[in-house]
Amino acid sequence: MSEAATAKECVAVVGIGQTKHVAARRDVSIAGLVREAARRALDDAELTWADVDAVVIGKAPDFFEGVMMPELYLADALGAVGKPLLRVHTAGSVGGSTALVAANLVASRVQRTVLTVAFEKQSESNAMWGLSLPIPFQQPLLAGAGGFFAPHIRAYMRRSGAPDSVGSLVAYKDRRNALKNPYAHLHEHDITLEKVQSSPMLWDPVRYSETCPSSDGACAMVLTDRAGAARAPRPPAWVHGGAMRSEPTMFAGKDFVSPRAGKDCAADVYRQAGIGDPRRQIDAVEMYVPFSWYEPMWLENLGFAPEGEGWKLTESGVTELDGDLPVNMSGGVLSTNPIGASGMIRFAEAALQVRGLAGEHQVDGARRALGHAYGGGSQFFAMWLVGAEPPTT
Amino acid sequence: MTGEFTGAPRDVAIVACAQSDHRRRTDELSEVEMLMPVLHEVLERTGLTTADIGFTCSGSSDYLAGRAFSFTLALDGVGAWPPISESHVEMDGAWALYEAWIKLLTGEADTALVYAYGKSSPGSVRDVLTRQLDPYYAAPLWPDSVALAALQAQALLDAGHADEPALAAVAARSRDAAADNAHAQLRGARPQGEYVVRPLRTGDCPPVGDGAVAVVLSAGDRARALCARPAWIRGMDHRVEAHSLGVRDLTDSPSTRLAAERAGAFVRPVDTAELHAPFTSQEVVLRRALRLDDGVLVNPSGGALAANPVMAAGLIRVAEAAGRVHRGASDRALAHATSGPCLQQNLVAVLEGESRV
Repeated sequence: MSEAATAKECVAVVGIGQTKHVAARRDVSIAGLVREAARRALDDAELTWADVDAVVIGKAPDFFEGVMMPELYLADALGAVGKPLLRVHTAGSVGGSTALVAANLVASRVQRTVLTVAFEKQSESNAMWGLSLPIPFQQPLLAGAGGFFAPHIRAYMRRSGAPDSVGSLVAYKDRRNALKNPYAHLHEHDITLEKVQSSPMLWDPVRYSETCPSSDGACAMVLTDRAGAARAPRPPAWVHGGAMRSEPTMFAGKDFVSPRAGKDCAADVYRQAGIGDPRRQIDAVEMYVPFSWYEPMWLENLGFAPEGEGWKLTESGVTELDGDLPVNMSGGVLSTNPIGASGMIRFAEAALQVRGLAGEHQVDGARRALGHAYGGGSQFFAMWLVGAEPPTT
Repeated sequence: MTGEFTGAPRDVAIVACAQSDHRRRTDELSEVEMLMPVLHEVLERTGLTTADIGFTCSGSSDYLAGRAFSFTLALDGVGAWPPISESHVEMDGAWALYEAWIKLLTGEADTALVYAYGKSSPGSVRDVLTRQLDPYYAAPLWPDSVALAALQAQALLDAGHADEPALAAVAARSRDAAADNAHAQLRGARPQGEYVVRPLRTGDCPPVGDGAVAVVLSAGDRARALCARPAWIRGMDHRVEAHSLGVRDLTDSPSTRLAAERAGAFVRPVDTAELHAPFTSQEVVLRRALRLDDGVLVNPSGGALAANPVMAAGLIRVAEAAGRVHRGASDRALAHATSGPCLQQNLVAVLEGESRV
């Protein structure tokens, strides 16, 4: 590693803001939506727009709202006029990638305090058809993301021997967790396991209740350096490691069940953060689970369980809010999915946990938490590990 | 507010560049097919393979391709196996270069590949760019990019900063310069043509075309090993202005001036400037903002008036400036990229060759 690697500035999360995610925010424009989240993040950090040196914004495809490069129009709403404004787009992982690009601005000491925002206003279009590329770029009848991922879930079930019930357990858990999160989109007060299991089959084996909703929402964070963290009114979350990895969409050697890019990305984050045993050393995980079965699949991909055994953690209750490795305490993507923001929400919720500010869905004593995002055809990964204490190396 | 570079800078340089021949249309090629030769060429120039690259970053736009996630297909062309550390900006590739530069400054990577591509030919780029505008008030009126540039040009004429012959002179100089640029779409002298939108004539407007560009960045001694005369990035910054044209002085570009100041452009004079000015009138605005006098060679490549593949044209300016440093034709060059209507967002990079003994 080069000399400069050790000279990196520490990065702290001192402000977090989210909108109340809903199916349609007809009361605000896109600008109003992002500004709401950004304003809340600044309030949390007790900073003003003038304290922000640069803005990094991310969202999933521009086609979702029909605005090309919306950051141009959003410059005013985000207080970015006269500042650097960078727009990241890495498919579904974009919320995580955006936060990492913002963190690097601080780590490189090019900027001191950076506002990062991610959003999606899915009500202004139809995401399922936005994701269904025109023929000949994609085979016919591959409608939406569920149609793409269902075969890979079946491959996982066959490979691991997991019982059919695991997916519904994840959905039931996440929807109950969402009831404790005031910002979550789906608040299904009458949810039962039986209701999940009897919901209509959409893309076998994925049922309606095991599928993420389409949400309008935005998430924002204020990232700053050591000096900025010292002035913060509330406990910061410290970034101990962050990485992105990508691999091709489709090729003969690709493992769609447990992509190597995900494994490599996690390994890089753990190396940076000094994590040798993720199952013991990480207290809580916010992972990108848009279809219920991805919880056991990612538990394996991220090194929390040996191959073929992720479902056993889920089935035995380890990933419940009061289990010993809680996953998606916020209700996760299954309860809230403004696509472009979903990755950043995972990163922000991990930070809330180690700051001790997660409210009713707080995990007692969470000191280290992982935020995880993925996108494309399971090909783009972004992750960070945050801690309650500043990194020692 | 700080924002100034506070840490010990790590020396990062552009060590290789490659670009396609920019053409009016490339119906027979997909974006990936257009990009592949450029990627191969830039790696060949350094002797690097994909495995040697620590970070990859690209710039492009789904709206040109007409489909969501178009950049994912380009990634297949990069050969991202084993998996790579990679990111993408939905912006001109010059901003991908900025993201890669930041990554190298953190020390997390020592070498980066940056690329950008754009095919403007499949649609009407004038119409497509209207989708960049405020979606509630401006975009529904479909004011196209030439009409908006014409507003800016007229404001410039009204303010007395230029007249139509001065704009024609910018066009003539650019296209003469492009005669020496084998990649340019329009090469050699051309008539100024009829009005497209007054006061802009054909010659004041950029050609519509397709193209790709790639550069390799490296840090410290690694850069010296890869390139005989690296183009060291002495500074790079970008700034955005308000979106609404009604609240901006279209005859000025304060964001360009601020970015140049933060990039250190005014510390010492530059000898060359590659400006991303798709319209002749915008070169007038940028020259004033950047305080470039007649002693500075502006757009020796012919600039965006000779080839303007959208999303690549800004990074091409950086590549052209770096190329001159590599060849010893420039010791200190400025490269500029723009985005958004009427120069809303601007990036400035300052490149230097080490002084020759």
